[in-house]
Amino acid sequence: MSVTIKDVEHISDLARLEFSEQEKEKFTHQLNDILKYVEKLNELDTSNVEPLSHVIELQNIFRADKVKPSIPTEEALKNAPAKTEEFFKVPKVIG
Amino acid sequence: MSFVNTPAFDSYRLRLAAGKESCVERTEHYLTVIHQRSALNAFLSVFENEALEEAHRVDQKIKRGTAGPLAGMVVAVKDVLCMKGKRTTCASKMLEKYEAIYDATVIERLRAADAVIIGKTNMDEFAMGSSNENSAFGPVKHPLDETRVPGGSSGGSCVAVAAGMSTTALGSDTGGSIRQPAGLCGMFGLKPTYGRVSRYGLVAFASSFDQIGPFANSARDVAHVLQVIAGYDERDSTSANVPVPGYLGAMNRNVRGLKIGIPKEYFTDALNSEIRSAIEKQIHRLKSSGAEVVEVSLPHSEYTIATYYILATAEASSNLARYDGARYGYRAQGARDLSEMYTKSRSEGFGTEVKRRIMLGTYVLSAGYYDAYYRKAQKVRRLIQNDFLDAFKKADCLITPISPTTAFRLGEKLEDPLQMYLNDIYTVSANLAGIPGISVPAGKDHQGLPVGMQILGKHFDEETLLRVADFLEAA
Repeated sequence: MSVTIKDVEHISDLARLEFSEQEKEKFTHQLNDILKYVEKLNELDTSNVEPLSHVIELQNIFRADKVKPSIPTEEALKNAPAKTEEFFKVPKVIG
Repeated sequence: MSFVNTPAFDSYRLRLAAGKESCVERTEHYLTVIHQRSALNAFLSVFENEALEEAHRVDQKIKRGTAGPLAGMVVAVKDVLCMKGKRTTCASKMLEKYEAIYDATVIERLRAADAVIIGKTNMDEFAMGSSNENSAFGPVKHPLDETRVPGGSSGGSCVAVAAGMSTTALGSDTGGSIRQPAGLCGMFGLKPTYGRVSRYGLVAFASSFDQIGPFANSARDVAHVLQVIAGYDERDSTSANVPVPGYLGAMNRNVRGLKIGIPKEYFTDALNSEIRSAIEKQIHRLKSSGAEVVEVSLPHSEYTIATYYILATAEASSNLARYDGARYGYRAQGARDLSEMYTKSRSEGFGTEVKRRIMLGTYVLSAGYYDAYYRKAQKVRRLIQNDFLDAFKKADCLITPISPTTAFRLGEKLEDPLQMYLNDIYTVSANLAGIPGISVPAGKDHQGLPVGMQILGKHFDEETLLRVADFLEAA
C-alpha cells in the first residue's frame, strides 16, 4: 500500500489539519517510509490471535448515581478563547 | 552517579530532622542552580515564591514533628501534569496559555506528603519525541554537553535532576519517555506498571500506554516517590486496585538466587559494543553476587516499533481531537465558520511531529485500513505481551539496553522521523506489554557520556526492579 498526495489530502481533511503543497509532499514521502516499515507486521500470521486492547485485566466500574460537586461554570469557562455569558462562543455553524 | 551535589534523600532527611539544614535553604539552592543553568532550558515555569513559602511551611512541620514522608524533597514536574491555576502547556503553542483548573492525583499526593514543587519542566510537544527537540519553547540540552540532546520526551524533568535543580522529578513514559532520557543522562528513571499510578490529570497522549513515574539520583529516591504516588484512584478507571507494597523494605542489597533473564534478541551484533560491554559488566556483578543468569527469548522483538507506532499514533489522533479551539487552547483568528476555525486552530497550534503522528494515526484508523493496520497491531501486541509472560516463567526480571546509542547531537536525527522512532527500540516493548521498567546507570562511553541499562519486571513487581537497581548502585 502506498500513500499518494491525494490520500494525504483526504487524511488531513479527516484530521482537521491543512498543509502547504510542500508539506504535503514531505508528509507523503515520510508516511510512505513509515508505512513501508510497519508492513513488517504482515510477516506474522495472526489469524488465531485475540487483539489486545488493554494490558491489564479491566472490569467495568459501577458507582452510585449521586450528584457530586463538579467544576463550576466560571472555572470551566476560564480558558475559553471567546465566551458570552455562560457559553463558549464560536463562529457561526451554518452559513 | 550524580555529577551534582544532591544528597540522597535518606541522609538529607536526617540532617533536616537534626536541624542542620532547612527545606528553605535546599529550595533556595535549587532555585540558584535553575538560574545558573537556564541555558539548559529545562524549565517552562519556576514557582519561586510559592516554593519558598511551601518550604517554610514544611520546615515548621518538621519542627513540630508532623511532617509527611517527603518533607524536604523538592520535586520538578513535567508540564504534561495539571496543577490548578498553573500553566500546563505540554510544550505546545496549542496550550501556551492554558491554566489547569484541577490538580492531577500525583500532584495532590506529592503535596499531601509535604514535597515542595519547584516548577514545571520542558518536554517534547505532547510527549511525542525521543530527543526533546520537539518543544515549541526550544530544545532541552544535555547537562554534560550542551550540543547534545538529553533524550525525551521527559527531557526537562530528567535534566532538572541530573543538573541538580531538584531532588527528584516526575515524567511520563508512553514508549520510553522516562527511561530513555534517564539512560542518556545517567539517572534512575522508572516507568511503573500500567495502572500502578493514577493518570488523572495527566494530559493524554496514548491512553493504553501512558504512565507517570519518577526520576532520581538513586534507586532509593525513586522508591520514596513511587511509594507516595502509587495506588488506586477512583478518578482513573484504568488505575489498578492492587495493594502497594513497602518499596524501601524490599531493597535489601541481596540478589542471591534471583533469576535474571537476558533476552537474546536485545544483544545482537547490531548493539553498540561500548554499550554491550558496560551492560555485561553489570550482569557479571550480579552473577558474582549469587544471581542466576539465564538466556530468554522475546521472539517478536523485531515487531515492537511497528506495533507501537501504529497503536500509539492511533490513540494520539483520537486523544488530540479535543484540541479544536472551542473551549480552551489556541484559537486561530479570522475563521469564517466553525469548520475553518477547527482546521486553522489545529494547523497553527500543533508542531510538525504532533501533526505527523495525528496524520499517521488518522490513516491507520480510517475506513479500509483499520483491520490491516490497527487491528493487526493489536494482535501483535498480544504476541509481544505473551513473549514477556513466557520469559517471566524463567526469570524474575530481565536486563536489556535502554537505547541504541549514547546521547546524540542536537539536529542529528530531526530530518528522518523513522530513524528517530527506531531509537525507542528497547523501550517500547514495556509499554506494549504494560510491564514496569527502570533505567539504571551502567557506566560511560569513551566520550564520557553515560550508558544506561534497563531492568524489566513482571506486572506490579516494581520491588524487584528497585532491589536490583539499588544493589547495582551500592558498588
